[in-house]
Amino acid sequence: MATVIQCIADNVVSPVGRTSVENYTNVKAGCSGLARYEEMDRVSSPFMLSRIDRHLMDELCTGLGIPDGKYTFFEKMLLTSSIQAVRKSGIDPSSDRVLFIISTTKGNVSLLDRDVKGFPQERVLLGRSAGMVTGYFGNPNAPIVVCNACISGVCAQIEAMRALQSGRYDYAVVIGADEQSPFIISGFLSFKALTDTPCRPFDKDRTGLNLGECAATVVLKAYDGPACGWVLEGGAIRNDANHISGPSRTGEGSYLALMEVLRKCGGTQGLAFINVHGTATAYNDEMESIALYRAGLIDVPVTGLKGYYGHTMGAAGIMESILSMYAVQDGTVLATRGYSTQGVTYPVNVSPDNRPAYGNRFIKLLSGFGGCNAALSYAYYNI
Amino acid sequence: MTDMEKDRNLKYTVITGNTVTVCGRVLEHEHTGSVMLTEIYRTHAGDWPKFFKMDTLSKVGYLASELLLKELGGCRLEAEEYTSARAIVLFGTTASLCADRNYQETIQDSDNYYPSPALFVYTLPNIVTGEIAIRNHYRGETSFYVLDGFDAGSMAFHLQRAFCDEQTESVLAGWVDSTGNDDFSCFFTLLYREDVQDLERLETELKGIMDNLNDIELWKR
Repeated sequence: MATVIQCIADNVVSPVGRTSVENYTNVKAGCSGLARYEEMDRVSSPFMLSRIDRHLMDELCTGLGIPDGKYTFFEKMLLTSSIQAVRKSGIDPSSDRVLFIISTTKGNVSLLDRDVKGFPQERVLLGRSAGMVTGYFGNPNAPIVVCNACISGVCAQIEAMRALQSGRYDYAVVIGADEQSPFIISGFLSFKALTDTPCRPFDKDRTGLNLGECAATVVLKAYDGPACGWVLEGGAIRNDANHISGPSRTGEGSYLALMEVLRKCGGTQGLAFINVHGTATAYNDEMESIALYRAGLIDVPVTGLKGYYGHTMGAAGIMESILSMYAVQDGTVLATRGYSTQGVTYPVNVSPDNRPAYGNRFIKLLSGFGGCNAALSYAYYNI
Repeated sequence: MTDMEKDRNLKYTVITGNTVTVCGRVLEHEHTGSVMLTEIYRTHAGDWPKFFKMDTLSKVGYLASELLLKELGGCRLEAEEYTSARAIVLFGTTASLCADRNYQETIQDSDNYYPSPALFVYTLPNIVTGEIAIRNHYRGETSFYVLDGFDAGSMAFHLQRAFCDEQTESVLAGWVDSTGNDDFSCFFTLLYREDVQDLERLETELKGIMDNLNDIELWKR
């Protein structure tokens, strides 16, 4: 009998909520964490950001017993989310049968700013932050950091699944987070990818993306037996082989990733919706519509969460998977906040309102710089 | 196991700040550091002008992959035919640190503030995998993993796991680090499914390559 990879616990820490349930409830009610900022340090152009309140983060740390002064803001994000998820799971995180996988794009990069003090520069190395997390939990295994730009969160879950299938581990704790510092904000501004109004995924008047902060964790378990609860069925990572900073005009990588997931995970049977990337840049949303059309998925309901959270980078693939699990169980295709009028060549099945969902499965799709694309599929088995 | 399998040796390329070797053969060059990379490019791989806009991490990874694939001959074509069949899976400790520092300099002072997309894009370490994928039309998996120091055991394990993707027939695998425009170390090898069956053996092989890389660095100093 094949090894089943089951999601046994999860958490989302964001401006929208401190637990997955809080996040889901607030998103379903239409709440967004996005706010407008006129400037930040040396960044002097206005932008939108879904930012975690630093005082609330400190309160959350105190409540969870995380010692003050020892961890950077980014590491606090990783810890507040993973501690909650690990407690919920009931696993012993110090066991050598548990593997920690971290998903991030820029980690502690804010430490490179000469005005930021209090931590040694070497903590900018992503492996060091991962070590701070496994150190906290007393886990003896070398953690691995997945650093695949914006698709990292889906890749990290795929890598966890593969590691668990090897039989070497029983559990994987997969944590994603990114801090939105002037480093990242100035970079996206230089790309002219940001808009200073709430983003409008798939809309004809979309003008760019918003950034956001979030930490999200899934605890995955491997067992031999019948599928039960939320099961990670499979995933695929594919490259456009086209351009390092622009999506493929044919949606090549996303199309190939979707086709492999459909092949592996039983086609569209029971597919309630596809949670897309939907960054609200002109090129991304157009590319995704082409990929969905080519993969024969253009009629499947799609939903995007960037209007609530902004683009949360390393957390996106994990947080958006978690919200999708809650939505499927709640029989809901979540509204795509910010969307009103179809604005892509191949019209996607998207709505500004919550809709009923039919099915027990969803696909999560992401794409990122470097021409990378990733998709995965989760299914719920109520036994 | 047959004698031939026992005798298998992984073929690999090594690039450090002052040495380039291709399957054990040392490439001659006059310069070191970033100038050496340009020199090697012009002498051995000079048909891809995109090279000049790459950051150090990408230049090193690109050259290591080019030199290896040229040495191995037909491999490049084989992958073109089956677009999803070849993955690129890279590992490192410092990731995009060099590009991060260079970009930070452009936003450090208000009086000298000039963030550029051409620099910013390279602050993502997986860009090197994208550059190689574009060069070779590889549409398979591309991944960049960060470890806290070289760890042959972890690297072998995660490379073996890359073959869980049923479409993946071979993996262009490498370790690449760059801490400055003239400071880098890298090795690349090409793995097939049969190369990753015996994990202990793969770990020993990867460790052997890294030992060799370190020896080269010591010897040149």
